[in-house]
Amino acid sequence: MYGLIAAEAAIFTIFVVAYLFYVGKSLVGPLPNEVLHAPVFLTICLLSSSLTIHRAVAALRRARMRTFELWWAFTIALGAVFLGGTAREWHHLIYDQGLTVRTNLFGTSYYSLVGLHAFHVTVGLLGLLTVLLLGLGGRVGQEHTERLDVLSLYWHFVDAVWIVVFTVVYVIGR
Amino acid sequence: MTTASIPWMQSDVARRPLVERLHDWVTTVDHKRLGILYVVYALVLLVVAGIEAAIMRIQLMAPHNDFVSPQVFNRMFTMHGTTMIFFVAMPLVFGFANYLVPLMIGARDMAFPRLNAFSFWLTAFGGVLLHFSFLGGSGLYGAGTAPDVGWFAYAPLTAKTFSPGHSTDYWTLALLVSGFGSIGTAINILTTILCLRCPGMTLGRMPLFAWLSLTMAGLVILAVSPLSAAQMMLLVDRYLGGHFFDTQAGGSAVIWMHFFWVFGHPEVYVLVIPAFAVVSEIIPVFSRKPIFGYPVMVAATVCIGFISMSVWAHHMFTVGMSPAANGFFVLSTMAIAVPTGIKIFNWLATMWGGTIQFRTPMLFCTGFLFQFLIGGLTGVMLACAPFDWQLGGSYFLVAHFHYVIVGAILFALFGGFYYWFPKVSGRMCSETLGKLHFWLFLIGFHLTFDCMHVPGILGMPRRIYTYEPGRGWDAWNLWVTIGVVFQGLGTLVFVGNLVWSYFEGDRAGSDPWDAWTLEWSTESPPPVYNFAALPVVRSRRPLWDLKHPEDPDWKYEQ
Ligand code: HEM
Ligand SMILES: [Cu+2]
Repeated sequence: MYGLIAAEAAIFTIFVVAYLFYVGKSLVGPLPNEVLHAPVFLTICLLSSSLTIHRAVAALRRARMRTFELWWAFTIALGAVFLGGTAREWHHLIYDQGLTVRTNLFGTSYYSLVGLHAFHVTVGLLGLLTVLLLGLGGRVGQEHTERLDVLSLYWHFVDAVWIVVFTVVYVIGR
Repeated sequence: MTTASIPWMQSDVARRPLVERLHDWVTTVDHKRLGILYVVYALVLLVVAGIEAAIMRIQLMAPHNDFVSPQVFNRMFTMHGTTMIFFVAMPLVFGFANYLVPLMIGARDMAFPRLNAFSFWLTAFGGVLLHFSFLGGSGLYGAGTAPDVGWFAYAPLTAKTFSPGHSTDYWTLALLVSGFGSIGTAINILTTILCLRCPGMTLGRMPLFAWLSLTMAGLVILAVSPLSAAQMMLLVDRYLGGHFFDTQAGGSAVIWMHFFWVFGHPEVYVLVIPAFAVVSEIIPVFSRKPIFGYPVMVAATVCIGFISMSVWAHHMFTVGMSPAANGFFVLSTMAIAVPTGIKIFNWLATMWGGTIQFRTPMLFCTGFLFQFLIGGLTGVMLACAPFDWQLGGSYFLVAHFHYVIVGAILFALFGGFYYWFPKVSGRMCSETLGKLHFWLFLIGFHLTFDCMHVPGILGMPRRIYTYEPGRGWDAWNLWVTIGVVFQGLGTLVFVGNLVWSYFEGDRAGSDPWDAWTLEWSTESPPPVYNFAALPVVRSRRPLWDLKHPEDPDWKYEQ
């Protein structure tokens, strides 16, 4: 998993570099400071989901199944809220502001970077959901702690990447 | 364990139907079979890409030749370069590592056998996809819709405007797919080496081959991922109308070069480090001396791995960078020569005073030493930015990197073939044919690539499809092409040797070279489970300890 994370980190690095390289180089609008609003609420959701998944695995380690399922479901909810928020933001950008991948460099690099992250969140959510369903069917037990540790590691990574993306896109990029 | 429970061995006793045996190969997750699959696949594509090279050389044999059209010529050099790097060299390297690493560190298989199989099939699919492009568009003779943008696919050549149709998409998708395969394999190798070593096999006792594979895997993870990222951006550009590399909309072509070479330079070390690994195993055995300066060799390799991540822009001197950037990349590139030089000295020191036996593997390693030295020296020349401004992009450059890729990497891997063939097949390779292969290839190699430096110095640019007579290039180009004939013959002898020896070669026994690493403690070919009982290791030469209980290594090593 650490190997995979290293590879993923390298991929994200390249996208971040491209984003930074193209900040302010768009020839036509709309520009980031005209259309972007920092999604503070969503960020809080995503970051706190790192906490909940940590609690979930900790509960599993002590074989407290109910607690585990509760925290796990919480994590999924928080992730889903985040994803929904991104969808709303994109809808707003596309239909109200007319910003698409084709519009300008900002559009291209913005949708690629944020989209790549959203894709990772989606993959993570699918993984989490699978575990939840298996768990509700009584097929997850203490002996799976190690595997879920790996999954939660991935989730932490996705969160950490968001911190970088947030900084780059909504703080530096404006 | 009886043979009945080992389906693979059983096929010798009672031949099962062909379909069933093929099915076993397709569904296998055994690291040894996957290693063989990688290597066989690479050999097939070696021949394909070799034919592509031959077509180019026939075209350039004489001035004003019209054997192929300019368009087909573009497609040939693109396909040749891409195939050689991604579908010959990489699979060869992965094949060797796949087969040998678990055996050498005393493990029963790779850490993730199914991921291993998946990665191989991704890589294989990538190569098929790439060559599938020959069937499209303007038909076979016009070379279909094969990509024609060069193996580094510089923007904006790859933009929709300049590359309509799907040729560039073939290139991108093929490399993306095989890139994911490579990352998977690298993670697998890394995890295997870090987690599955047998008792006593500390990091300090691992064969150099394992150490260098570890470095290689790390480099793959850090180098191929940026390429994948850049490919994704190219796909966004081509399919979604993005502007990453679209100079008309403010996008940058130079950033593609940076992204490509951030991958591209470490990539050449991904290929050469396993070649070092092969040489570091063969030279000691055929000099009958332990490797000289083991810790220094490890340190130098890791050092090379790190520095190689910071030299990429020496491929971009001709683009025009700031003096500060030029200076940095000149110095970092030259810095690599230091650990590399140390390695060469250590190999020589290993041979020094040894009882050298010039069997075929050793012959190839000797060729490697000389040619790698020369290739490295022309590399240092090119690393001087002003020199590169003159000769970068000329045939001199092409001669340089072929010196390294063919003269060093391929020679070392050929040596590896002859060295480990007995282990893999249970039969010895024919020495006579092996030596014939060596001499044919050596002569061909030097004819081709020594001669290639000269037209470069005389001003012949790379990637031209024909030229005017009377510039002093004609005779040299003819010699270059004649060399290709020898290399082709040598390759035929090689493939013939493998096939013949597989059926007719002498039985090898478990340890035909009297070697010292763990893979030789198994039967040849090794059983599916590798080791009936996991070995316990006390020094860097476990088999030496077994054979010489009166004077074991572990008494001296600390
Ligand atoms: C170790 C294995 C090596 C391999 C496989 C290798 C391969 C290559 C390849 C494929 C290129 C082609 C670039 C192009 O097509 O534009 C190249 C260029 C170059 N190589 Fe190497 N090389 C190796 C070692 C070295 C060393 C040791 C040095 C210097 C100390 C070096 C310095 C250069 C430079 C400066 C260029 C750029 C020339 C240019 O693009 O104008 N290389 N090499
Ligand atoms: Cu380089």
